[in-house]
Amino acid sequence: MEKHVVVIFPHPDDEAFGAAGTIAKFRQEGVPVTYLCGTLGEMGRNMGNPTFATRESLPEIRKKELQDACKAMDVELQMLGYRDKVLEFEDLSKVSDHLKGLLEQLKPTLVITHYPEYAVHPDHNALGAAAIDAVSRMEESARPTVWAQAFMRGYQEILGKPDVVQDIRPFVKTKVKAILCHTSQAQGVLGNVTGAELTEENMEAIAMEHFKEETFYTWNFDNI
Amino acid sequence: MKPIDMNEVQEQIDAFAGKKVFIHLETTNGAYANHVNEKAYNVGAFIRNAQVTYEHGKIKGAGMAYRVGLKTENGWVYAEGLNAWEVDDKNRLLMAGHDREGRLMVSLEISETAF
Repeated sequence: MEKHVVVIFPHPDDEAFGAAGTIAKFRQEGVPVTYLCGTLGEMGRNMGNPTFATRESLPEIRKKELQDACKAMDVELQMLGYRDKVLEFEDLSKVSDHLKGLLEQLKPTLVITHYPEYAVHPDHNALGAAAIDAVSRMEESARPTVWAQAFMRGYQEILGKPDVVQDIRPFVKTKVKAILCHTSQAQGVLGNVTGAELTEENMEAIAMEHFKEETFYTWNFDNI
Repeated sequence: MKPIDMNEVQEQIDAFAGKKVFIHLETTNGAYANHVNEKAYNVGAFIRNAQVTYEHGKIKGAGMAYRVGLKTENGWVYAEGLNAWEVDDKNRLLMAGHDREGRLMVSLEISETAF
């Protein structure tokens, strides 16, 4: 059994859409979960529908949504303070050092992050790469397992089938609750993910139907 | 934000003319444009806290699509597709263009203090 799970994603809502079912499963088993959230999603284009956020008010709104979602999933939250959309242009060796320091304090047995180059958004790819680099530089005895999430079009043709397939149907309620905490983003992102015409009324039901599993690849550190 | 009223926005643009101001200028179709639609291109640009002084600026257009141009000493600042605006609690002029789903497509913001 895991002792502590650390989730490392760049945006408020990545944790909800990507891993909330898995997180809920760990929490039900009594495993502590910490979310290291890279940015506040400052450059998101979803402003609520109808629009209620502005480019300038969005960071504070998303911070509150993130805190609410973490409460709903019962996880600890640490915000890393990077800026949305420009993470890949940071000095990634510094980001990796930053993450390594945090991981050495938190001592996770499992880290969940994005699969570099297979996670669509440049911020996902950059933070995933920094996280994996950080873990790879940890003492082997203290090194957590890493589950990397890929979802680029056609990823399975290249990477093969993911070896970690979490059936999240028993936890879908918590996942949808976490997603809906991200009020400014939920409808826009759910529309993309489900391909359905969403309204405020139907989106909870469509989301409950849609999410069945979350998948990851166990990172192989022998290859580096 | 509220739908653009040309006269009100023009007044705000005039109020910043001749002053050293900070600009946020952005256009985006989102980081997932090509992921969601294979035929789409991911295109975006932004500049945050560019310092400019403009001699004068104008808002033009109608309905749901307005353009703003600011004439500076050596060039121009331009945005197209604006349809919403507000002056926020820090006295900054925020203008944006949202699509039918409320997503931001373009943004032009003017402030006397850094964003």
